[in-house]
Amino acid sequence: MSRIAATFARLRAQQRLALIAYLTVGYPRLDVTPSLVEAAAQSGADAIELGIPFSDPLADGRTIQAASQQALKAGVTVARALEAASAARKTTDVPLLFMTYLNPILAFGLERFCRVAADAGVDGLIVPDLPPAESAELRRAADASQIDLVFFVAPTSSEAGIAAACRTATGFIYCIAVTGVTGARAELDPALLPLIETVRLHTSLPIVVGFGISRVEHLRALTGKADGVIVASALLDAIAQAPEDAATQVRRFLSDLRREPTA
Amino acid sequence: MVAVDELTAAFGAAVDDKVFRQDFDYLSRTFSGRPTPVYRADRLTEQAGGAEIWFKREDLCHTGAHKINNALGQVLLARRMGKRRIIAETGAGQHGVAVATVCAKFGLQCEVYMGVDDMARQAINVYKMQLLGATVTPVESGSKTLKDATSEAIRDWVTNVRTTHYVIGSAVGPHPYPLMVREFQSVIGREARAQMLTETGRLPTAVVACVGGGSNAIGIFAPFYDDPIRLVGVEAAGRGLNSGAHAASIGAGRPGVLHGSFSYLLQDADGQVQATHSISAGLDYPGVGPEHAYLHEQRRAEYVSVTDEQALAAFHQTSRLEGIIPALESSHAIAYAMPLAAELAAEDLVLVNLSGRGDKDLDIVRGATGG
Repeated sequence: MSRIAATFARLRAQQRLALIAYLTVGYPRLDVTPSLVEAAAQSGADAIELGIPFSDPLADGRTIQAASQQALKAGVTVARALEAASAARKTTDVPLLFMTYLNPILAFGLERFCRVAADAGVDGLIVPDLPPAESAELRRAADASQIDLVFFVAPTSSEAGIAAACRTATGFIYCIAVTGVTGARAELDPALLPLIETVRLHTSLPIVVGFGISRVEHLRALTGKADGVIVASALLDAIAQAPEDAATQVRRFLSDLRREPTA
Repeated sequence: MVAVDELTAAFGAAVDDKVFRQDFDYLSRTFSGRPTPVYRADRLTEQAGGAEIWFKREDLCHTGAHKINNALGQVLLARRMGKRRIIAETGAGQHGVAVATVCAKFGLQCEVYMGVDDMARQAINVYKMQLLGATVTPVESGSKTLKDATSEAIRDWVTNVRTTHYVIGSAVGPHPYPLMVREFQSVIGREARAQMLTETGRLPTAVVACVGGGSNAIGIFAPFYDDPIRLVGVEAAGRGLNSGAHAASIGAGRPGVLHGSFSYLLQDADGQVQATHSISAGLDYPGVGPEHAYLHEQRRAEYVSVTDEQALAAFHQTSRLEGIIPALESSHAIAYAMPLAAELAAEDLVLVNLSGRGDKDLDIVRGATGG
């Protein structure tokens, strides 16, 4: 069983929501990522999503755009992201996923990318600008290296779109919580819970909610409904408040998010 | 994804609908000022000393460029789809002005994304859009130019897709945009083909058009695909292809994915999209429409490039010899057409798509020529 499947199976048995922490590779400093992965895994993250920065991150809001720009300026490349993942893998056994756009991995070579990523200990891949209908080549490369390829559904998805994502995805289904781009938000979209129910009809894969997830209330509202959440921009915002002490910020933010309800 | 699926279906239904086509044709005539003439450029012909040089006068369209054709078509489509809000990206501001113009005519809310650097370079067009009732939203991210304005418009679209239609200005973006832009721009080539036959009794030997994203080029090329004539796309070589400061995606790029299409792309070894340069803001885009990539690979069209300096020289020549001040974009096509005409015989015809007029470029030209 893959690390991703094993993690969700264990958490499902415990009736716990998986918490996936997103970090942009090389943010806030080029060499900091392995230590932040370790901090996140020790502070309640059940899996880590590592963003390989791209010059034109279409699906991302201001926070991840800014982190990506900064990381690219610092000199992050696909090769360096693979090295960072490999170093991070030595610190933890939690699942690691890469999130990036199609062009950087196309330039690196899809097959080579999947192979090197798998060798580095990466378990899954998320490519927001790749629709299921265009994914056959990457699917073959991912399968050959035994890494999962995750696809998205959104509140605007048609039934056919949901079916296509569920047919094509492995690992989990990434359920977009809002109509829009990444970025912390106060409220969850009212269309989210019905969307999760629809997705359940199409797949037995775990359903993970992301985009806008930033508060302990969001996690509570989704416990028992979704299988996991991804926290991205809110975590990067926390890091940005004290970038010189990024690991402490990661620990504090994730521990607060994992806080059990009092009384 | 649902947005492009919905759009594909609506576009397919619209082009098959006689009423939609009648509306488009009627407003093209009465609002945009179509048909635009073809014109024999006698003194440029004499200067080149070879084939006759002809212009397709898209500079005479309402708002000063071919951009109005696509803006009109897409806004009509948005109305059919029940969308009340229109967004667009713009580089030089020509597409933004065209979209703001059509939105004013139909009373639709309009928001145009524009890089802050472009807003500074094209202040008059910013003011025009505001006069027309549009909101111009500055884009501070990335390189602060056209590609970033496009990214920001796409982010808006995915956020507000239920109410909003995104009018892309060039033959780029995800399907069905490149096809849709070609459909609405191919009125240029259909008119030009018939007009050349009427005026000269024959087809041009070559059709020449500038290529940034490639909408005016695809519009004039497409109706000539089955004719035994040369199609030439002219990209912006900026300060020279070896300088790194250019926008020649086909000439110097590699296949890649940006803004939902797979085509030639200016990118570094790691797949990051590179900054571009052209004196002409309308050609300053790192990608190119996927149909141009196809025409290039099929060798149905030739793609060449022209530097800032050559384009400026053609700008001045055309102004003085023909009494027409061309857009800097179109000046690239003229700059290539002159030596091409010189190589050809007197009975040959070179048709240049004069895609826009140069009023918007006066400050840039004055700055570049020192007074």
